[in-house]
Amino acid sequence: MMGSRGTSAVLSRAARMRQKLQSALEASTLDIEDVSYQHAGHAAVKDNANETHFNIKVISPKFEGQSLVKRHRMVYDLLTDELNSGLHAISIVAKTPKESGS
Amino acid sequence: MRETLDKVVGAHKVVLFMKGTKDFPQCGFSHTVVQILRSLDVPFETLDVLSNEALRQGLKDYSSWPTFPQLYIDGEFFGGCDITLSQAFYLLWLKPTHMTVASCV
Repeated sequence: MMGSRGTSAVLSRAARMRQKLQSALEASTLDIEDVSYQHAGHAAVKDNANETHFNIKVISPKFEGQSLVKRHRMVYDLLTDELNSGLHAISIVAKTPKESGS
Repeated sequence: MRETLDKVVGAHKVVLFMKGTKDFPQCGFSHTVVQILRSLDVPFETLDVLSNEALRQGLKDYSSWPTFPQLYIDGEFFGGCDITLSQAFYLLWLKPTHMTVASCV
């Protein structure tokens, strides 16, 4: 039986993160780069797990008037499930459309 | 836990919660923040969250921040590695003697 649950289970972490961030932040730019290979063998990365480290660049109007700390918290909050299921670290660049000059 | 952490972050001007110690960071992101603070000559204290699981979990809630390192300045959460890196200029004000900002030709 391939219900919607089965479908979401085969989505990569990167794809799930894209869905969550895109819909909540209405991002005009959303770059998600898997840099897990740079951390292979790292003590916290168990059993050769993949999709553990990402660089994320997001440009969103929702960041308007928010401090950097708040913007990062918004991103982290959207990715709580991922952080609790093997996502180890994300590097975040969070800008507003104005700041990005677009 | 909250009261304890209020005291810990208030005990020094700059407190870094990190993985490992100043001399032996156990994570590249913690290592980066140590390097930034050292290169700017900012005095700071560190606490190793890997050696204290209750501290590690407690700080995630206290700071509303799920990862480490976490940098506190004057008892306030300043940021993690990315923010510290991008806002490093502000740390110059924490030096015992303010650096004269000058440029070279």
